[in-house]
Amino acid sequence: MRLITEPNLTAVDDFYEALIDAHRDLSIGESQALNARLVLLLANHIGALDVLKEALTAARAGAVPGGP
Amino acid sequence: MRPHGPVDFQTRTYDYIRSPDQGAEPTARHPVVVVGAGPVGLTLAIDLAQHQVPVVLLDKDDTLSTGSRAICFAKRTLEIFDRLGCGERMVAKGVSWSVGKVFFRDEQIFSFNLLPKAGQQRPAFINLQQYYVEAYLVERVAELPLIDLRWKNEVIGVVRHADHAVLTVQTPDGPYQLRADYVAACDGSRSAIRELIGQQTSGRVFQDRFLIADVKMKLDHPAERWFWFDPSFHPHQSVLLHKQPDDVWRIDFQLGWDANPDEEKKPENIIPRVQALLANSTMKDAQFELEWASVYTFACSRMERFRHGRVIFAGDSAHALSPFGARGANSGVQDAENLAWKLALVVSNQAPDALLDTYGEEREPAAGENIRNSTRSTDFITPKSEVSRTFRDAVLELSRHHAFARPLVNTGRLSVPAILDDSPLNTPDAPDAPFDPCMRPGAVAVDAPVTLADGKDDWLLRQFGDQFTALVYGDDDLAERLQVAVEDLVPLRVLSVRAPPRGATVRTDLPGSVCDREGLVAERYDFLPGSVYLLRPDQHVCARWRRPSVEALRRALKRAIGLPGGDPL
Ligand SMILES: Cc1cc2nc3c(=O)[nH]c(=O)nc-3n(C[C@H](O)[C@H](O)[C@H](O)COP(=O)(O)OP(=O)(O)OC[C@H]3O[C@@H](n4cnc5c(N)ncnc54)[C@H](O)[C@@H]3O)c2cc1C
Repeated sequence: MRLITEPNLTAVDDFYEALIDAHRDLSIGESQALNARLVLLLANHIGALDVLKEALTAARAGAVPGGP
Repeated sequence: MRPHGPVDFQTRTYDYIRSPDQGAEPTARHPVVVVGAGPVGLTLAIDLAQHQVPVVLLDKDDTLSTGSRAICFAKRTLEIFDRLGCGERMVAKGVSWSVGKVFFRDEQIFSFNLLPKAGQQRPAFINLQQYYVEAYLVERVAELPLIDLRWKNEVIGVVRHADHAVLTVQTPDGPYQLRADYVAACDGSRSAIRELIGQQTSGRVFQDRFLIADVKMKLDHPAERWFWFDPSFHPHQSVLLHKQPDDVWRIDFQLGWDANPDEEKKPENIIPRVQALLANSTMKDAQFELEWASVYTFACSRMERFRHGRVIFAGDSAHALSPFGARGANSGVQDAENLAWKLALVVSNQAPDALLDTYGEEREPAAGENIRNSTRSTDFITPKSEVSRTFRDAVLELSRHHAFARPLVNTGRLSVPAILDDSPLNTPDAPDAPFDPCMRPGAVAVDAPVTLADGKDDWLLRQFGDQFTALVYGDDDLAERLQVAVEDLVPLRVLSVRAPPRGATVRTDLPGSVCDREGLVAERYDFLPGSVYLLRPDQHVCARWRRPSVEALRRALKRAIGLPGGDPL
């Protein structure tokens, strides 16, 4: 299996709103903790290590200056 | 000699006895000198003696391990001790436990039960103070006349030659020299021999300190392993509570890098920590006495190569591990077992010296695997960055309600034997004769219940002895043919395994055969009639076939002892 990077969300705007809502009234620290829990829940749902590693690489590219 | 009455192994000393080698002209020469009578050196010496190799075993001290140090001994270690004739005592004295509880802040987030796997003789592990393990090994040594154990003999010099090494040994009567065809350096993490031959270890020191305290108290508390993350009685750090025999409890307090080890070691500072732990539990009023305590910084490091000509390293001298996962002594005992049979074949000229290279080729990756496991546990227990702590706490938080997060909680992964996948001694499975991968070449043989020819119930691993073993399933004629075919190579025990009594073709009248009472041997080894496993003296699988020819077995045996002509058919 490969990481899906083509549009795949059933309701893009609803998801985005729900994501931001989930963080409402949280401090930065609490938000970070929430994000960590979220990542872990989603990672377990995906399961396959190769897909997760692809996602990590793609996410990391956004943090490295000059990355794609 | 077994002493009468209870012995305090912590204060016990052993006698220095002057050896005729001291002052001998010319310098005495021995096939194998083992340096260090810790768990690893003792195991190696016993195994060598069981292989009929005379051993000189040197130790600079005259005592057992100071303080308890290692407490968790894993199933594989117990199986090795069984073969060496002292496993039963360890298990009888040790504390068996299976329930572990994990707490986050002041709440229990989950518990687990490592029930012993049915149909194996030994539990996943026992808790037993290291000084007991060493004491029982020393008692076993005393039963073996081939071992010459010399207390208060400290190696202070090593000179290496092409076909031997010369040791300088310091004793209460002054120094003397010894020549050895092979030296096994089992002299611990600060190995003098490593230093003397100019070798190093490399790895990582964990910037943290741990107070390890053994506390004697009569507690009405089950034998369970309790692990706290960030409890209010010891904020921001972790704490571990574990039971040992004789009402001794092991408590580990993580202290942080800034702690002052000299201060923390003082009883007046330890006692309030223990009191705080107890006050926070159902054990509030327990009276306790401090038995032993020390403050450690842990490291994971190893030598790049374990063999340096005639000097070979095993145990802590070759690799240092953090205690999370209890891998130090457990993996060192496996080093010793791996080395023993190879040394025995080489010094008796049954195998070429190059067989000893495979000791490093097999045990170096095993050390790498142990270090990886040990490092991961340490990183989980003592996160070194803010993000790392955030994820760690997220895992703990989630594991309260979600089963998926619990396996991520890493308070130390249980030590299991390494699978020697890349060993040059393995004969790969034939591509057209598939087997379940579990027991592939390189894996260690797994136990199962059997019934012996005389009708007694016993265990499979007990039947293997110290030599190579061929397990032949459901075909006595094949078993007989294989037995004669290899008599000129190395000793081989052919063990015929028969299907459960229900089967139509059972004969329990032949010697050297066992009955697969519950069908678990067939299940665990993926046996069909005519299948054969070849096991090394250390009980690792080195080849298996659906129905081998005599020639295939001969080739696999040659390959397993490093002789030419071992290519698979
Ligand atoms: C707090 C703590 C907890 C641990 N818990 C566990 C656990 O639960 N399970 C586990 O498997 N491991 C555990 N370990 C690790 C375990 O204690 C070691 O891995 C084990 O002792 C290594 O055995 P060894 O024989 O290689 O070395 P050692 O036990 O260090 O023995 C080396 C021997 O060599 C002798 N010696 C040294 N130099 C010389 C010389 N120059 N000449 C002659 N003799 C010499 C010493 O006197 C000593 O007897 C723990 C360690 C610590 C500190």
